[in-house]
Amino acid sequence: MTADVQNHLLQARQMQMLSFVAHIPLVCFAISFPAMVLFTEWRYLRTGDEVYRTIARRWTRVLIALFAVGVVTGTILSFELGLLWPDFMARFGSVFGLAFGIEGFAFFTEAIFVGLYVYGWNRFSPWWHFASGIPIVLSGILGSAMVIAVNGWMNHPAGFRLDSSGKAVDVHPVNALFVNGYFWHEVVHMYVAGYMVMGFTVAGVYAIARARGRWTAYERTALAIPLAVAALASPVQILIGDWAGRDVAKEQPVKLAAMEGLPHTTRGAPVHLLGWYDNGRVVGGIEIPKMLSLLAAHSPNAVVQGLDTVPPDRRPPVNIVRIAFQTMVGIGTLLAVLGVWFVAVRIRRRRLPESRWFYRSVIVAGPLALIAVVAGWITTEVGRQPWVVYRVLLTKDAVTRAPIVPVGYVTLMVVYVGLAAAVAWILRRLARAPLQEA
Amino acid sequence: MHLTYIPLYLLLTGLVFYTVLGGADFGAGIWELTARNDEEVRGYAVHAMGPVWEANHVWLIFVLVVLWTAYPIAFASIASTLAIPLFVAAIGIILRGTAYALRGGAYSNRELAAIDTVFSISSILTPFALGAAAGAVASRRVPVGNAAGDLVSTWLNATSLTIGALAVIAGAYLAAVFLAADAVRRGQPALESAYRLRALAAGLVAGALALAAIFVVHSDAKPLFHGLVHGRGLVALIASVAAGTATLALVAVRRYEPARFTAAIAVAAIVAGWALAQAPLLLPGLTVDQAAAPRDTLIALTVAALAGAVILLPSLWLLFRLFLQGRFDPEWTNVPGPPPLPRTVVAASGTGLAWRLAAVLLVAGFVLTTIVDATWAHAIGVTCLLGFVAAAFPATATPPRSG
Repeated sequence: MTADVQNHLLQARQMQMLSFVAHIPLVCFAISFPAMVLFTEWRYLRTGDEVYRTIARRWTRVLIALFAVGVVTGTILSFELGLLWPDFMARFGSVFGLAFGIEGFAFFTEAIFVGLYVYGWNRFSPWWHFASGIPIVLSGILGSAMVIAVNGWMNHPAGFRLDSSGKAVDVHPVNALFVNGYFWHEVVHMYVAGYMVMGFTVAGVYAIARARGRWTAYERTALAIPLAVAALASPVQILIGDWAGRDVAKEQPVKLAAMEGLPHTTRGAPVHLLGWYDNGRVVGGIEIPKMLSLLAAHSPNAVVQGLDTVPPDRRPPVNIVRIAFQTMVGIGTLLAVLGVWFVAVRIRRRRLPESRWFYRSVIVAGPLALIAVVAGWITTEVGRQPWVVYRVLLTKDAVTRAPIVPVGYVTLMVVYVGLAAAVAWILRRLARAPLQEA
Repeated sequence: MHLTYIPLYLLLTGLVFYTVLGGADFGAGIWELTARNDEEVRGYAVHAMGPVWEANHVWLIFVLVVLWTAYPIAFASIASTLAIPLFVAAIGIILRGTAYALRGGAYSNRELAAIDTVFSISSILTPFALGAAAGAVASRRVPVGNAAGDLVSTWLNATSLTIGALAVIAGAYLAAVFLAADAVRRGQPALESAYRLRALAAGLVAGALALAAIFVVHSDAKPLFHGLVHGRGLVALIASVAAGTATLALVAVRRYEPARFTAAIAVAAIVAGWALAQAPLLLPGLTVDQAAAPRDTLIALTVAALAGAVILLPSLWLLFRLFLQGRFDPEWTNVPGPPPLPRTVVAASGTGLAWRLAAVLLVAGFVLTTIVDATWAHAIGVTCLLGFVAAAFPATATPPRSG
């Protein structure tokens, strides 16, 4: 591979990553926020308390703005699959495309009912309006699950075989996508993460309001609902993550070795907290003996495969994967502590926490949760390198030969910076709109 | 009907809907630009499309996913060779969607004007780029392979540019017809006459451009021309011309309802004509059968499409019925009925029960996912964990009235 093509490949990967980083926060909201809005509306219908109604209406305006932006960032991703990775699509589109087909329908249903729900406030009867929101929640679950199914397949390809010319034959898309262990742990892990990001972020907005002296029934209610779901989801996420990790250990041992920086196959392998992987060992980290074996196989003396099970050009960049993984786990642990704190106060004292440090933590929890999700995707995606389809197709063999990547990358970067500014502007505007008008 | 062709029909149907509905949506954005100084016309076009905006654009996603699932080689060849116009279209889509999302937050006319400018420019850019890409495929300039064709001349040529321009003006035309009809329904004669005039003007330009396109295609894309003036291609072409002319006449006599349908038929007929003109080829040297995915994939995609249609079509019908009836208009005042009677918030004993259930689910989930090592146990365990969140959530989320 010449230096030129190598640059090209790296830029294509960065461009893809940029697009994912722009889209992932919106996905987190798309899979979880409609359910929160509906829960709040349901509370209004049950209690007649206007506070719930006001919150639900204001959140609806946020929902439509984020949905509109999510539609475009998602469309860009589908363009990029062809623009950047034509040979990935040409060779395996027939294997995993079905998931995108179903996702297309789910997304379509979602778009229709978003239109009905958003414009239907005051126009349908209260319960019909509530009902028009349910398909948004269901299609949101289905759609995001389908996209994750494709990723699960890329990490754990199945449901086809290659003939002598390298063509995918004997294709069984349903087996490839859904009878695939990776689909299930990835989808649950991401779904719970979506609730954490949304919950902590939305609660953070009202924690800021509290810090500024606004703490009426409106703010308390609007904080408690999203914070409750995030607080309950966070400790659960640790158990889900452990489940996902054991699957990775079994199916992608090289990825696991990169996550820890384990150079050689080891019995009773340790974990290093922090530190830096250099020349076949982790320097400057805190060693916890046998921890990796315990985590990977729930047995302190289990054998864990090292990076040396594959040649050097088949290993992922260890430090990126390792740091991303530790970032995710570290943040996830802190968020779980915050969640347990909230739930404990709610149960024992039957009120919201009063500590200023609690609310300061909630303010930073949203952005941290988002960083953790992105770090998690970096772990799984960079950890799969140099493969785009694990052990089947190298990323460098999938990339486009059209020399548009550098220009496209710079353009997209500029556009996404503008998009981020625009989203920040609209959210501030919506937050400042008077309460009655909402 | 051969299995390999079913996705192609789905794809063409999606393309017709996208051209008509997405096209009208782009057109509304273009008219926004011409309504700068006209307080009454301004904002109307964009506002009128609000409830169906997202749904109109999902058709494009539908076309893309069917193409790459059913004919992956064709998709990869098109996307890599036509990277430039498709990238331009993508940027246009980002700008347009963002402008749409921002409209709700604008306070002043100055802000609105800035947002509308972005909206209008992207409403021209996107259909033009997509039309040019379609022109490249129609004039058989996209070879099979990873960026195998020339990156520029494939779409920067007479046929592509003409089709790009036609896509823009056809959208403007469709939008004007729809908006004139909508103005009648709302009883706003000034808006009606404004958009009737725009519809007639755009219709004449579109007709002239379509005529010019035939000459361009004749000299620039001989096989396409040959396909369009022979056999079934010719039937489609004539149908399109007839429907287009009928639309103009109907708009002239203010019969907007049927004009919407004839306008859609004109578009559908020309898409069909293009398909017939190049059948059975998708790309030069690549037939539909050669490009098609393996059998299981085609069957699964078809089943998914049929199942999806069962849910989608009634939903879409509901949305458009309410939309066209004007149920989403600002002045549609509905008395939502008195707010429901306050009920006692979930009784304390109920809350206690929910907590106990949650605790049981948490323990069961922990044991089954973490300690038991079997797939079935993990499946039940994860369900228990999610059940724990769901069971504990309502009680945790209900805030105390003070504090």
